[in-house]
Amino acid sequence: MNKVKVKINEQFVEIDHHLTILEAAKELNIDIPTFCHDERLNPTGSCRMCVVEVEGARNLMTACSTQVRDGMVVKTHSTPVIEARKGILELMWANHPNECLTCEKAGNCKLQDYSYQYDIDPDSLYPRLDSRKYFDDTNRFYTLDSRKCILCGKCVQICAELQVNGAIGFEDRGIDTRISIKQNEEPTDGVIDPYTCVSCGNCVNNCPVGALMPKSKEKFRNWEVKKVKTTCPYCGVGCQFELVVKDNKVVRVDPVKGGTNDGLLCVKGTFGYKFINHPDRLTHPLIRKNGEFVKVSWDEALDLIVEKIKETKDKYGANALAGLSSAKCSNEENYLMQKLVRAGFGTNNVDHCARLCHASTVAGLATTLGSGAMTNSISEIDGTDTFLVIGSNTTETHPVIGSMIKQRVKKGAHLIVCDPRQIELAKMADVHLQIKPGTNVAIANGLMHVIYQEGLYDIDYIDKNTTCFKDLIEVIKDYTPARVAKICGVSENDIIKAARLYAKVNKAAIYYAMGITQHSHGTNHVKSMANLALMTGNVGKESTGINPLRGQNNVQGACDLGALPNVYPGYQAVTDVNIQKKFEEAWGVKLSNEVGHTLPIMMNDASNQDIRLMYIMGENPMVSDPDTNHIKKALTNLDFLVVQDIFLTKTAELADVILPAVTYAEKDGTFTNTERRVQRIRKAVEPQSDTRPDWEILTDVMKRLGLKADYKTVEDVFNEITSLTPIYAGFDYQRLNENGMQWPCPSNDHPGTKFLYSDGFTKLGKAIFTPIHFMGPKENPDHDYPLILTTGRTLYHFHTKTMTDRVEALKQTLPNNFIQISLNTAKQYQINHNEFVLVSSRRGTSKAKVQITDTINDGVVFMPFHFADGANMLTNPALDEICNIPELKVCAVKIEKC
Amino acid sequence: MQFYRAHVLICGGTGCVSSKSHELKAEMEKELKALGIDNEVQIVMTGCFGLCEAGPIVIVYPEGTFYSQVKIKDAKRIVTEHLYKGRIVKDLLYYESIQQDKIKAVNEVDFYAKQKRIALANCGVIDPENIDEYIALDGYQALIKVLTQMKPEDVIEEIKLSELRGRGGAGFPTGLKWDIASQYKDDMKYVCCNADEGDPGAFMDRSILEGTPHSVLEAMAIAGYATGAKKGYIYVRAEYPIAVKRLQIAIKQAKEYGLLGEDIFDTNFSFDIEIRLGAGAFVCGEETALIESIEGKRGMPRTKPPFPAEKGIWGKPTLLNNVETFANIPLIILKGGEWFSKIGIEGSKGTKVFALGGKIKNTGLVEVPMGMTLREVIYDIGGGCPNGKEFKAVQTGGPSGGCLTKEHLDTPIGYDNLVKLGSMMGSGGMIIMDEDTCMVDIARYFLDFTCEESCGKCTPCREGTKRLKELLDRFCTGKGTFEDLDRLESLAYYIQDNSLCNLGQSAPNPVISTLTHFRDEYLAHVVDRRCPTGVCKALLQYTITDKCIGCGSCAKVCPQECIEPVGKVINEKTNRRAYVIDHTKCIKCGACIEACPPKVSAIITQ
Repeated sequence: MNKVKVKINEQFVEIDHHLTILEAAKELNIDIPTFCHDERLNPTGSCRMCVVEVEGARNLMTACSTQVRDGMVVKTHSTPVIEARKGILELMWANHPNECLTCEKAGNCKLQDYSYQYDIDPDSLYPRLDSRKYFDDTNRFYTLDSRKCILCGKCVQICAELQVNGAIGFEDRGIDTRISIKQNEEPTDGVIDPYTCVSCGNCVNNCPVGALMPKSKEKFRNWEVKKVKTTCPYCGVGCQFELVVKDNKVVRVDPVKGGTNDGLLCVKGTFGYKFINHPDRLTHPLIRKNGEFVKVSWDEALDLIVEKIKETKDKYGANALAGLSSAKCSNEENYLMQKLVRAGFGTNNVDHCARLCHASTVAGLATTLGSGAMTNSISEIDGTDTFLVIGSNTTETHPVIGSMIKQRVKKGAHLIVCDPRQIELAKMADVHLQIKPGTNVAIANGLMHVIYQEGLYDIDYIDKNTTCFKDLIEVIKDYTPARVAKICGVSENDIIKAARLYAKVNKAAIYYAMGITQHSHGTNHVKSMANLALMTGNVGKESTGINPLRGQNNVQGACDLGALPNVYPGYQAVTDVNIQKKFEEAWGVKLSNEVGHTLPIMMNDASNQDIRLMYIMGENPMVSDPDTNHIKKALTNLDFLVVQDIFLTKTAELADVILPAVTYAEKDGTFTNTERRVQRIRKAVEPQSDTRPDWEILTDVMKRLGLKADYKTVEDVFNEITSLTPIYAGFDYQRLNENGMQWPCPSNDHPGTKFLYSDGFTKLGKAIFTPIHFMGPKENPDHDYPLILTTGRTLYHFHTKTMTDRVEALKQTLPNNFIQISLNTAKQYQINHNEFVLVSSRRGTSKAKVQITDTINDGVVFMPFHFADGANMLTNPALDEICNIPELKVCAVKIEKC
Repeated sequence: MQFYRAHVLICGGTGCVSSKSHELKAEMEKELKALGIDNEVQIVMTGCFGLCEAGPIVIVYPEGTFYSQVKIKDAKRIVTEHLYKGRIVKDLLYYESIQQDKIKAVNEVDFYAKQKRIALANCGVIDPENIDEYIALDGYQALIKVLTQMKPEDVIEEIKLSELRGRGGAGFPTGLKWDIASQYKDDMKYVCCNADEGDPGAFMDRSILEGTPHSVLEAMAIAGYATGAKKGYIYVRAEYPIAVKRLQIAIKQAKEYGLLGEDIFDTNFSFDIEIRLGAGAFVCGEETALIESIEGKRGMPRTKPPFPAEKGIWGKPTLLNNVETFANIPLIILKGGEWFSKIGIEGSKGTKVFALGGKIKNTGLVEVPMGMTLREVIYDIGGGCPNGKEFKAVQTGGPSGGCLTKEHLDTPIGYDNLVKLGSMMGSGGMIIMDEDTCMVDIARYFLDFTCEESCGKCTPCREGTKRLKELLDRFCTGKGTFEDLDRLESLAYYIQDNSLCNLGQSAPNPVISTLTHFRDEYLAHVVDRRCPTGVCKALLQYTITDKCIGCGSCAKVCPQECIEPVGKVINEKTNRRAYVIDHTKCIKCGACIEACPPKVSAIITQ
């Protein structure tokens, strides 16, 4: 790279020739004022605030857009520069309401700060204008007050270039120019319209003045708050943001640039914090006495729990106890939960909701590649040439990753979307394979067939890194595009086109989620993805890989920390004697080497009374698990149920003891995001009322059971984790502090691992091709239940809505359970748009509002799984034999009028 | 091919079309048919002749009889008298012929005599909707020459040799631009024709497109060959329906003849052209805003660099030239760059088309060699100000140009000369102002335009032009102060220095040039609260003179009731007094003047 030497204000700096004067000045810690600049955006030079004097130039130059030249001499604060900046500020100020006195932005407003810095006369130099009298109040999350807008255009650019929605534009021209946002005023019912605001708030978060402001009832001044950096508690992207706190209350969320999300957030991240202080929060331990929940002391509650644990264990044996850990809780807490179950209960009956989402990933990838996690990193999206997004509605389920994929596609990368619905990404895809739900293996085999026939596979890579390729060829040779087209309901040409787009580029990456995993052959679906990637040499290289997008903030961590019935933390098998010995020594108790039961089996056990006591931490199986009626039967059959949560969930309603825990904002710890990055969470507010962090509660229970648990802080727990978990061995809070680190990290001088398998498949020796034949879902439409139901998450809610239902604006945005249905199918059943219908399967019935859409095929319907008495009343609990994931994505249903 | 004994050319430019030249043609055809001579006389709808003032224009060949302002009812006379009986209809001739009682062919009248037509050569000569007529006048010969005998670098060399500079306004050397554009390598490159003629009053680009669309297509293909581009865009405003239609026809015909499309003349050069319609925003004439608009975005300028030659349409290298620039190319190729460079003066070669407008006798389009003086253009060709009024100033370069005065009339027209005087060539608008024009008001008029047309992107232009306009409003309404005058001047220079694109940078030019050349008029508005020309209504003062007979008609109609008989005594006996207007209340509605008996006419404005 060419370095050039530049002189700025008598100081010299040597920097890359493609950088700008602004960046050069930054190197020298010289502050140049800007309004429209953002290092993530293309410079527009529109505000003209950053002008500087460049020797030899006719006019002042904008530092944000002018590249440095060798020998350039720049003055950033000379008299003409100061005068020019003052001119801008005077012009802006004269067309801006003089409302700093009451403006919420005061103290955090660039116009205010610069006006102070540059001595702007508060009595405007020009007659006061109010040319932009426009107030947009229609969005539920924020307002646009055009009067305060200085038209820097950052919001327009952020929406177009970073969020890639293009919902914001300029309207009118000249002095009347103003910002205009395409709003969706109706409740969305899960529809994301193109060019319509998705309320991500990225514009709001970057508005330099008070024009775009979050709707908030909190009154606070920006100088009264403290800011605490932490990790978002929603999906697995692991966005970094700061909680803005006043008087022990979170009043705003500010994104953090530079990390995982580089300053981007989604609607839930930006605006979904109000559940923290919600009056519905559980405040005291509760014990069910005569059918009623009664407030009790912690001692009473914990003593009862310990008594029941001992009693049940004595009476029915250790395997009659089980614990459900939580993908929402921290790594430390998951570690403690599995420790409590293993060391305290004496069984390996510990599991968590990963069983319902990525159990097949862990099983499928660990056996073919070595590790069951995303091979590559989020930041590598920016180098990918072709994306295959399969079974992931990324822009709704992992919105920030969705935006990053969109950014890359806009820069010219190819996009193949494989999904039964025309999801948002499908609209910008080169090919959309709108397959029948459950036909992933067929489509993967079809793609591989074309790649093989056309010689687009990477034979050198295959020879060097893999085994069993010949077996694969035997299977895929039967999957001609014609046959696959028929199975999947897509066109032959699209299969061929997609295969070429995927195989012909240098760096192709697969991104997938529940559409692949939640099937009765989910493990095989995952292995098919591995086959496809291995065949084209797309594993072990930057910007490629097989990337399962993890759904929960810490579902990766919960798996990593052994909240699984077959492994200790770090995927160390419970059946391995040496491992068992290591943990027995560390924990000072005898441990079981019998693999525990998985979540669905536990539920069966409970309904059979093989399991008598269950301790559920931060999970809501009454809504999240398939076949709600079955789950209800199971849980009510228990002798004793402990639920530890932040709200009274549907599951908590069935508990014997409820323990009030705290939210992510009230505790310290770590989350591991989807790209294996372990990131800090930090306490921003003190726990409310009589609530306690989960890790403290668990520690207390362990102590009362007589286990060794001398943790003074949560960091002590983490240090115990690193001493026992090789993939986490090199971490400590200090190292994680800045941007977190990615496992595997075997030692404290190891930098962490950006992408896996860069030096081959060391764990298995070679990656393994698994020949797989297509097998359909367990339940297919028939005369009685003629429609295929598929399920999923939406943008505005998270899982069982425990948190998002307590954020009023989110709740209003998507208030009802809905069912998406094609026009033809709707006609067939004579049902209308917005009408409520009854949807039934062999297992139950659910009510939903009809949404007729052209994004779904005839005969297929879609329902979100957030709502109690919703999709999971209908879903099929049929399990994948290998990993026990239920077939949540496909079942047969019928529709009747209400 | 059929032969005719006479050809009638009727102007089909926008100006004449709006004075019903289409209907005129139909009427004449009807008359010809009635007389049974429709196979002896051919009527051709041509492009603009330029002398729009005299439209609709009809010219009869072979002798070149020049009829002007022909009405539909005149069709019958021209057909029966001239075309049937061979007698010229004298009273319909152009006024010069009538005045001088001498039948003048079109090229003999003063308006055309001093012109030299290169870009407009075919306008008013050929049927623009017939490619054969263009080909008959050596059309597409230049493209053949280029493709068969010249290497791309030779073409660029020839253009450089011609010293042609961009006719869109900035005057960047065309050859150099082509050279730079040819240097950038990419899988796709574009040639783009800027036909977003935004200056009010300028219409040379429209006339070229309407009159000789193939010249532009041919030139674009040549440019494509020279710079390595395979695709061209013409960005033309939707308000030019005739130009758009003729371009569409021309592109279709050129493709049918294999002059556009794949493998032109069996060379392996392919070039295709697509039309993009603009929506009439002035800023879209700015090259980067134009590119944004072609890409389907809101037309807002981008920062430069990168220049379009490096990153233009869809981020690919793009050569952008204006219509008139392109129109010069075929002749430069055919006759050689040296031929072209012999026309004009140092730094400004060839000819330039100007649109004469405002207070001038011969409103219209003229093409003159560079270096001709303003005086020659305004007086010899334009005929000076009408009604014997005195010339005061000329605004060159459109709304963002500057005003020049009498002292500048002998300046030879050229890019650098005009800039030196604080104005510019621009696209060639030339608005003439006479003694009745208020220069403050004119500056306000132009600012009104640029203020309205600012795209709103950068602060100095968006907010600043509005403030300039506000200040000018103050002067025009008598509220201006010396402080305002200082602010006006400093803000004007501020906007010039700090705006993002050329629109903002040049928007203050009318203010700066009027302040430079007509400061006394500003001072009159400030010090005397007086508009010397009487244009600024708010500064008029209604006064009742000594002629007042005290009839009181004025007082009766005054809506403000601000006229009272408090003047000097007119009639001692009756003690009747003259009426006086209270200026603090007067709203200058003029009702009193209307009411004052015509014989008396006692009320005047000052």
